[in-house]
Amino acid sequence: MNRVEGIDKVTGRAKYAGESGEAAYVFAVQSAVPSGAVSAMDTAAAREMPGVLAVLTCVDPPVLGSAEDAELALFQTREIAFHGQLVGAVVADTLENARAAAAAVRVDYAATAHDVGLRADHPGRYTPDKVNPGLPADLSYGDIEAGLAAAAVSIDVTYTTPTLHNNPMEPHAALAAWDDEGHLTVADSTQGPSADRDTIATVLGLRPDQVRVISPHVGGGFGSKGTTRPPAILAALAARAAGRPVKAVFTRQQMFQLTGYRTPTIQRLRLGAGQDGKLTAVAHAVTEQTAIRTEFAEQTATCARVMYATPALSTTHRLVRLNVPAPSWMRAPGECPGMYALESAMDELAVAAGIDPIELRARNDPATEPESGKPFSSRHLVECLREGARRFGWAGRDPRPAVRATGPWLSGTGVAASTYPARRQPSSASVTAEGDKLVVRIAAADIGTGARTALTRIAAECLDVPTGQVQLELGDSSLPDAWLAGGSMGTASWGSAVAAACADFHKNGTRGTADTTEEVAADSGGFARHAFGAQFAEVLVHPGTGEVRVPRLLGVFAAGRIIDQTLARSQFIGGMTMGLGMALMEETVVDAAQGGFVHRDLAQYHVPTCADVQDIEAMWLDEQDPHLNPMGSKGIGEIGIVGTAAAIGNAVWHATGQRIRDLPITPAKILSRSDHE
Amino acid sequence: MADAVAGYGPGTMYLGGGTNLVDLMRLGVATPERLVDVSRLPLGEITEDERGGVRIGAAVRNADLAAHPVIASRYPMLARAVLAGASGQVRNMATVGGNLLQRTRCTYFQDVTMPCNKRDPGSGCPAIDGDHANLAILGHSARCVATHPSDMAVALTALDARVHVTSTSGSRVIGMPGLHRLPADDPSRDTVLEPGELITAVSLPPPLPGRSSYRKVRERASFAFALVSVAAVLDTGGGGVIRDCRLALGGVAHVPWRAFTSERAVAGVAGDRDSFAAAADAELRAAAPLTRNVYKVALARNLIIETLEELVS
Amino acid sequence: MSRTAVTLRVNEATATLDVDNRTSLLDLLRERLGLTGSKKGCDHGQCGACTVLLDGRRVNACLVLAVAAAGSVVTTVEGLADGDDLHPLQAAFIRHDAFQCGYCTPGQLCSAAGLLAESSPRGLTPGEIREQLSGNLCRCGAYVNIVKAVGAVAGAEP
Repeated sequence: MNRVEGIDKVTGRAKYAGESGEAAYVFAVQSAVPSGAVSAMDTAAAREMPGVLAVLTCVDPPVLGSAEDAELALFQTREIAFHGQLVGAVVADTLENARAAAAAVRVDYAATAHDVGLRADHPGRYTPDKVNPGLPADLSYGDIEAGLAAAAVSIDVTYTTPTLHNNPMEPHAALAAWDDEGHLTVADSTQGPSADRDTIATVLGLRPDQVRVISPHVGGGFGSKGTTRPPAILAALAARAAGRPVKAVFTRQQMFQLTGYRTPTIQRLRLGAGQDGKLTAVAHAVTEQTAIRTEFAEQTATCARVMYATPALSTTHRLVRLNVPAPSWMRAPGECPGMYALESAMDELAVAAGIDPIELRARNDPATEPESGKPFSSRHLVECLREGARRFGWAGRDPRPAVRATGPWLSGTGVAASTYPARRQPSSASVTAEGDKLVVRIAAADIGTGARTALTRIAAECLDVPTGQVQLELGDSSLPDAWLAGGSMGTASWGSAVAAACADFHKNGTRGTADTTEEVAADSGGFARHAFGAQFAEVLVHPGTGEVRVPRLLGVFAAGRIIDQTLARSQFIGGMTMGLGMALMEETVVDAAQGGFVHRDLAQYHVPTCADVQDIEAMWLDEQDPHLNPMGSKGIGEIGIVGTAAAIGNAVWHATGQRIRDLPITPAKILSRSDHE
Repeated sequence: MADAVAGYGPGTMYLGGGTNLVDLMRLGVATPERLVDVSRLPLGEITEDERGGVRIGAAVRNADLAAHPVIASRYPMLARAVLAGASGQVRNMATVGGNLLQRTRCTYFQDVTMPCNKRDPGSGCPAIDGDHANLAILGHSARCVATHPSDMAVALTALDARVHVTSTSGSRVIGMPGLHRLPADDPSRDTVLEPGELITAVSLPPPLPGRSSYRKVRERASFAFALVSVAAVLDTGGGGVIRDCRLALGGVAHVPWRAFTSERAVAGVAGDRDSFAAAADAELRAAAPLTRNVYKVALARNLIIETLEELVS
Repeated sequence: MSRTAVTLRVNEATATLDVDNRTSLLDLLRERLGLTGSKKGCDHGQCGACTVLLDGRRVNACLVLAVAAAGSVVTTVEGLADGDDLHPLQAAFIRHDAFQCGYCTPGQLCSAAGLLAESSPRGLTPGEIREQLSGNLCRCGAYVNIVKAVGAVAGAEP
């Protein structure tokens, strides 16, 4: 089955936020200093410029209903917490007029000393109460030091990952319009219309029923549109001030500072194992950053609580508050950076112990979830590794590094494990018979995952009708409330609601509704639910230039029942492609002296191009798991990126003998480590 | 054309394909009050001259330059360099004149909230202590460590191109290297052009005998500026001794860097790895890398050796 | 004099507009002509989402000033299909699932259409397709399928 909205997307008929109607334009004014306060703003010249309708500033703040969320309490303070913070905005009839007038706003600052440097020994390190999503910051059992001391082989290594930006192709945008009764409609680029509506209502002091969010098509999010972002609030405030609909479209540059990013991480891994490769200790210590006003604690070390059997485990998270924008979700928060370090360290342990890296993982495969002792609802990591090994041609692999070359290119292969939790959240849905169609309604979001199509399939199967008879409506907060597209919980959450609504429809005949709150509450306790996978990489490295090419990537996943093969394969490969970018090229460089991101566009922040991607293949095992949801599925939107960078880094070591523990693995780093001739 | 240059005044800029100028205008780095579109002037031809050289109109689009049969067959290194730059879309729009005059991609130059001696003389150079991993190792000054981003310019520099310019004061010809300047005390000027001078053509002498190559190393497989690039022509007359060598480096300096020292070092010697390494070392003796671009010295050295070796094999 | 009257042909219809000289061709299409199919991904020629055909050649519409496009013929994604008949590239993209969020898709299609015109009549190898489409970023990572789709229409004979 082709994607339901395919024709709209290939003909340009699909409308994204900001494309849905006539509107004036609001353009932001941002702080030029990373720390301090705005002492004065002169908007006189800007107000006189052509087309200007209104000016918003932090020295004369607009009224909000709630300033509790610092990310959305626009203009409520003159205190500057990071370079690029919003300090004002100009509303004008066209983009060109708004941009020109915004540049004419004069801002004076009383700058103070700033700090943007994350270090493992930063004096401001502290332990957060929780890490996302509500997990303990520290979790340990057993005696780590004794475990390391007793180990036949041990390693103590530190891995670092840089600031990474989601960079969806569609910039964050919102078009806001107020009606005469004070009701607000926002066409917003969001991963969750229901949550977005609730947040916008709270910030603006409205009731949820006074706000409607419309979002039929979203040009990617990868986490950055999971929480409400400034354009929605900015557009609403601007529309109120100008008395007409206004759209706010962030520039690519503004996205870097104002729509979230993945925190850099410093991760120390200490692993110990016996002669037989059985782990005696796993210690995973993480240092990350957060913003001055908003705390965001990425759950980077939680994967170590799930992956391997060990008598001693220590996982810790420490945060440092810096003059940086607030970090936020980026594809596979926690697991993505954490598994990069853990799976690279496991490879180092395998090398040190003289054990094949797949064997090492197999020997430490736990029967129950290490942190909790709960049985896994299903776990087939070892099967994924074995199947991947078979398909990739792992048997007979010479483990020695730096011994294979084709012309000037050294070659190597690497493997890493992959995991992501499988959860779901409450959602509601309705099914009604209208004409010859069965109309399914749910305020879900399709951000490229194919949710529209997957839910159409699920409904058709539950209703026992051809897919063409199902009409799936999503992307509108006036539809039954639903969880957002995030945490790989979309299909599981929405599918459960759709399935329940279809079951209700069977009972009633013309209409079915469902709210899965009770059903989902019964999930907790009992089982540990995670998807697992294995990532394989083949790389070529040119030692003279430091260039790295990836001719082959293979992912083998065990994620329950796959709802739609085409959509799943595209999701896995898409995640792996993002992992390739993380491994070799993605980094937002921070200038400590200037106090901000120096990389703020797509020419400096390198995402993979078409030429970077050669043979990437994804496949899955047929995994039966009755403990998940009516579909028997696990989320797959994020697991693709987990482990890819480690597999590539491990392959680079296999090719060159160089272990580079700091992403991205660039030519500069390869050359800095090689012997000069 | 006379109208174009006569119309020049303070606040005027010439618009070619717009692929750099419109970008800079939107960043607020370039703030012209007036644009003169020169892309439709009769400067779009490529013609061979009676000596066997070629004259390339300044308004020729990069894509058309690379695809032109005379260029593709007689100056293949130039075609290869052009095709190594930017994207298909940008190459369809960018003009030869505009490509030569494109500004550095130093991140501080492009950010009007940052100090920058090139953009705002006297304000400082934050790159020297900041993000300079992709900036200069040769010819930089205490005022500026920017690099010139063009691939085409590196090839033209190796090919002894000559740049024809005109203004209300008359016409002149500027050799490459020589069009672009080192930053010295005044990084605000990228070239020796006077305000109002318009590039009308680039001419090339008859191609040298021998083989040629353009090799570019970047951080991803395509659509990225060079970390270091090498344009080379090598003539051994079929034997093992080098009769003539032309070598230029990209990504290493404020100008496309003509490696005269290397050329002199290999003239008349047997072309092998050792002589190429000695030549590279001789050229790079003048390198003064910054803290975070030391790798460029090894990269340039290895690329010179590899490219020249490829041309003798 | 900050405004200019420009006439251009867009998808076989003539449009005459009075434009702000600062307006890009992309914004003219999206904001003035209601042709929102061409997308703004970066506004600086770095992502290719705005790719259109200008006098038959693929260009980044965000870097073309509308006034500089006066008298030109423009084809956008909305002009690729022939009525209800999809362009072979559009059909191939659907068949090979060569898009996810769809935001880069119009640019990919126009870029591929331009590439076909540039390289015709010879076919393109997968390696050539990859290199020549590198001016069109896809963050969803649909490249593997995009190359298959374009190859299905423009592929070199094995």
